Amino acid sequence: MVKIAVKNLFKVFGDDPRKGLEMIKSGKTKEEIYEQEKLTVGVQDATFDINKGEIFVVMGLSGSGKSTLVRMLNRLIEPTAGEVLVDGENVLTMNRAELVDFRRSKTSMVFQSFALMPHRTVIDNAAFGLELSGADKAKRYERCATALKQVGLEGWENAYPNQLSGGMQQRVGLARGLAVDPDIMLMDEAFSALDPLIRTEMQDELLKIQDHDERTIVFISHDLDEALRIGDRIAIMEGGRVVQVGTPEEILQNPADEYVRAFFRGVDPTGVIAAGDIARDSQPTVVWHTPQGSIRATLELLNTRDMEFAYVLDSEKRYYGIVSTDTLREALERGSTKINDAFITEAQAVQVTESLQDILPDVASRTWPIPVVDENNVYKGVVSKNRFLRTLQRAGDGTHFETQESQANPQPEQEPAHA
Amino acid sequence: MLDFDKQYIPLDNWINDFIDWLVAGYRWFFQGIKWPVEFTLTGIEHGLVAIHPLIVIAFFTLVAWRLSGVKLSIFTLVTLVFIGLLGLWQATMITLAMVLCAVVFCTVVGIPLGILAGRSNRFDSALRPVLDAMQTTPAFVYLVPIVMLFSIGNVAGVLATIVFALPPIIRLTSLGIRQVHPELVEAALAFGATNWQVLRKVQIPLALPTIMAGLNQTIMMALSMVVIAALIGAGGLGAPVIRGLNSLDIGLATIGGLSIVLVAIVLDRITQSLGKTKQNN
Repeated sequence: MVKIAVKNLFKVFGDDPRKGLEMIKSGKTKEEIYEQEKLTVGVQDATFDINKGEIFVVMGLSGSGKSTLVRMLNRLIEPTAGEVLVDGENVLTMNRAELVDFRRSKTSMVFQSFALMPHRTVIDNAAFGLELSGADKAKRYERCATALKQVGLEGWENAYPNQLSGGMQQRVGLARGLAVDPDIMLMDEAFSALDPLIRTEMQDELLKIQDHDERTIVFISHDLDEALRIGDRIAIMEGGRVVQVGTPEEILQNPADEYVRAFFRGVDPTGVIAAGDIARDSQPTVVWHTPQGSIRATLELLNTRDMEFAYVLDSEKRYYGIVSTDTLREALERGSTKINDAFITEAQAVQVTESLQDILPDVASRTWPIPVVDENNVYKGVVSKNRFLRTLQRAGDGTHFETQESQANPQPEQEPAHA
Repeated sequence: MLDFDKQYIPLDNWINDFIDWLVAGYRWFFQGIKWPVEFTLTGIEHGLVAIHPLIVIAFFTLVAWRLSGVKLSIFTLVTLVFIGLLGLWQATMITLAMVLCAVVFCTVVGIPLGILAGRSNRFDSALRPVLDAMQTTPAFVYLVPIVMLFSIGNVAGVLATIVFALPPIIRLTSLGIRQVHPELVEAALAFGATNWQVLRKVQIPLALPTIMAGLNQTIMMALSMVVIAALIGAGGLGAPVIRGLNSLDIGLATIGGLSIVLVAIVLDRITQSLGKTKQNN
């Protein structure tokens, strides 16, 4: 079911946006319009639907118009042309009072900079939305206590934001968004200011909350990893246009154009990053023709370590195949004793020298981490989806990519900001 | 050609005519301005003069203690007793009444104007040259028209003081409103705040320390007008200074001046700690 329908939405910044609109329609590019009229095209011709209860991630580099786009959904930025239909109702034709009511009852927002009120305590920050709509204090605090509990901030009700770490401040931001119990939550780079560990934690938190609340979440991000991790569907923006909308798998497998592909290729045109660079020995291995390499022993090993796949090697560490808990069980039921009966038939290893571009289809389509071997078929480790995406993201950010030797040190959690 | 010994533009005459015309035709208007000021001033003045000095001293000492601490309260106590011993108690109370009255009107007029200027660039750029003129025009220039329009005395003194002391509170209120992070205003709007709610729940509370600094500056400016106001017949601590000046009585001028400085220090410290307590929140 469609919750938000965006139709031919445009935003032109400047003195005479109508003129910019005409120029776009007559086929002028963003650059030409800026050159001739000093008008900035923020968003051009965005059309897409957001379904009820999904996490819809809008992704793009900075300046691609994603923040402008999300602000047009609740008219913090006034669109130049187009329609935004929420439950079939056009937000853009609402008058002031209707808009205020729409913002209070249907939407809430979480900001990259947290945007907490420094003069209010945690609970009064969380209660801000309810306070605006005139709920009495007892009711406000009751609803907020639930929201704060949801984000794990019990006991911090009377603290001030500057006494909290960045991660905790954003939990307050999240609680403020949840307290009004909105249908739609707009999250503008909500976790981008947090360091990677806390970011992952917050993403999990969001997914957990989403599990039983089923809100429609529009999540803005420039982080591919994040988009793939939490997004039910992803829209990719470039230069104010929405260039592709789809599930993570669809986009991974069929990037619409060079720009989208560039996200996955990073900035390394020579393909210096190869499978061998990022392979990690993170999966269990068993040696063929030994007691430990029997079907029963392997299944036992996987069960105790709570893993799904095992990689079968010989005593020279040469790679032979992958078994999963499922295939092992099936083989046992058939009465087989040889582990090669449990090999996943589609499993194939990739060479250490193959570039990330080459192994992309394998990584994207397989549920297991892809084994990497050298020219003598010696097992060098695996590339998991997560690891693959992390590497691309690092490369895309222009920073170093993780190799087996240099693993990124997680930064310490942010110091509490001092006001 | 041009002979600069002659006057081609008789601007001074025009202004004189203009003032005469104002005085003759718009008396009701200036009476309308004068009346609330006079009412407030006499109220405060009678109150301060009528109350026993010890009660006034106790009150200020208590306020200083509550807002700042023991140190300031002792300083306030000693200062006020000292001024009393100099024989300038009544003059001090009149000055205090004039300053308070001017500050009340500056606040009532200045904070709303400052808020408007903080929220509208157009209003701000229209207001700016007016404020510049108010602060830079020598007080002597507008003393004469003020006397003509309002006659001499304490009320005229207060009005001259308001002209001079109004700009800082407007400027700093505007600055305070502008300094509120745009993201906070945006967040408030995103949660469905009306303009009024943005102002009341976000902008004013966050601008309050800056507004308090403006109030402090306005009080200081008002005190600095005490002597000038005495030139147009206003009483208070300015009077002994002017009298001392006219009769070359250095001692009289000095104790008047010293008392002004001491009152200024007390009021400054008290209002500064007012801003700080709000900030620490």
